[in-house]
Amino acid sequence: MVVLFIALELLTRAELVTPAYLPPASEILGETVRLFGRRAFWEAFWATMRACLIGLAIATLLAVPLGLVLGLSKWAHKAAITVVELLRPIPSVALIPLAILVWGRGAEMKIALIVYACVWPILFNTIYGMHQVDPISADTARVFGMGRSKTVARVHLPAASPFIFTGIRIAASVALILAVSTEIVAGGANGLGIELQLARELGDLKLSYAFTIVTGLVGLAMHFVFEAIGRRQFAWTTKAQAS
Amino acid sequence: MDDEGASIVSWIRAHLADIAIKIAVLVALVAFWWWATARAQSLFFPTPDTVFESLWNDWLTNWSESWRENFGPSLKRLLLGFGLAAIVSIVMGVAIGRSSTFGDYVEPIIHFVRAIPPPAFLPLFIILLGIGDLQKVVLIAIGVFPPILLNTIDGVRSIDPQQFDTADVFQISTRRRITHVILPAAAPKIFAGLRISMSIAVILMVISELFAATDGLGFRILQTSRQFQYVQLWAGIVVLGIVGTVLNGLLVVVERRVLRWSRV
Repeated sequence: MVVLFIALELLTRAELVTPAYLPPASEILGETVRLFGRRAFWEAFWATMRACLIGLAIATLLAVPLGLVLGLSKWAHKAAITVVELLRPIPSVALIPLAILVWGRGAEMKIALIVYACVWPILFNTIYGMHQVDPISADTARVFGMGRSKTVARVHLPAASPFIFTGIRIAASVALILAVSTEIVAGGANGLGIELQLARELGDLKLSYAFTIVTGLVGLAMHFVFEAIGRRQFAWTTKAQAS
Repeated sequence: MDDEGASIVSWIRAHLADIAIKIAVLVALVAFWWWATARAQSLFFPTPDTVFESLWNDWLTNWSESWRENFGPSLKRLLLGFGLAAIVSIVMGVAIGRSSTFGDYVEPIIHFVRAIPPPAFLPLFIILLGIGDLQKVVLIAIGVFPPILLNTIDGVRSIDPQQFDTADVFQISTRRRITHVILPAAAPKIFAGLRISMSIAVILMVISELFAATDGLGFRILQTSRQFQYVQLWAGIVVLGIVGTVLNGLLVVVERRVLRWSRV
C-alpha cells in the first residue's frame, strides 16, 4: 500500500501522468482528510447511512419471517419460489426511474429501493439456514412438548441465525451500492452520491477522488463492523464461514 | 428393472405436482396483479394486459429498431466490460494464486477497490473518460473484476499440491501446466465468480445508461419515465428482467458444458 502510494506520488510529480487526470497522491489524501473536517460531508454521510440502515432494518423485518415460513413449509416454498424466480432477475436499479415517479426524489425512494434489493440475500440465506437445522433438535423439542411457535423461536431461529447474519452482511453492502447509485442518478437533498455528483459537476477532480475513496472507506468500515459482530456473536459456530 | 420403472413414474409424478403448482402460482400472480391494479386504478401501476400489449407493440413488432437502439448498444457494453474483466482477472488470479509475494503486494489494493461501491466510480470516470462507451465499459469491468479475481485466486490456491508434483515429474511445460492443470482445477470456482459478476454487470450496465447516455436499455426506461409513459416503463423493466435471466441462463449452459467432467 505504501509502495503504491509512493509510486503514484512519484509518477504524478514527475508528470509521467498528466495531473489533469491523476492529481498527486498526497494531494488526494490531503483532500480526503480535509473532508472529515467539513460539516457538509458529515451531513451527506449520515443521510446515506440513515437510508442504508433504515432500508436494511425494514428488509430484515420482512425477509426473516418470510424466510422462516418458507423454510418450514415445503409447499409454501414451492409456491413462493416461482414468484421469487420472476422478481429476482429484475435489476434493482432498473426500478430507479419508476421509484422516482412514485416516491419523488427524497429519502423514501432511496429506502424503498434499498429494501427491494436487500430482501433477496436475507431471504435466501434464511431459507438456506432453515434447511440446515438439524431435524433431531426440532424433533427433540417436540418430544418435550414445545409448541410450534416456541420450537421455531428456540430451535430454528438460533440454528439458522448465522446464515441469517451472513445474509444481512451481504445485504449491507448491497444497501450501500443502492444508496450511492440512486443518489447519483436521482439527485436529491443529501448524500455521498450527491456530493460525488456535485464534485464532478464542479470539475473538481481532487474532490471526486476524495469522495470515491471515502465511499470505499465507508464500505470497508461496514465490512469490519459486521465481521466483528459476527465473530463475537457466532463464535460458537463455524457454519457461518461455510456459507 | 421394475424398480427403475417405478422410480421414474414416481419422479414424473412428483414433478407433475411441482409443475402444476408453478403454473397455478403463475396464474394466481397474474390474476392478483390484474385484480389489484384494476381496482386501484393507479397511474403508477398499470394492468398486466396493457404492459403485455406494450411489450408486443413497442419491443417485438419493431424488433430491428429496438435491437439497434437498445439491445445492441447495451449488450455490446456489457459483454465487452464483462469479457475484458474476465480475461484480465483470470490471468491475474492465476499469477496471484501461484505467487504469494505478488499476492501480498496486490491483495490490499484489491480489497480496497472491492469495498468501493462500483457506482461511486461513475462521476470520476465521467471526468476521466468522458460520457461515451469507454466509460461505461470500464465501469462494468471495474465492478465485475473483484469477484472473478478473488474466486480465481481462491480456486488456484486450493489446488492439490500433488497435481503440481505430478506435473513436475512429467516435466510438463509452464504453458501446458496452466492450460491443463491450473485452469481446469480452478474452473468451478472461476465460474462461481463469473455468475456473481454477471448480475453485477447487468446492474452496472443499467446504471451507466441511466446517466449521460443516448441509447441502450437503461436509457430507454429513463426516457419513458421522463415522458410519464408508465406502461412503457413497466414493459422496459420486464424486458430488463428477461435480459438478466437469459444472460444468466447462457452462462449456466456454458458452465455445464465446460465443467461436465467435474460432476462425474
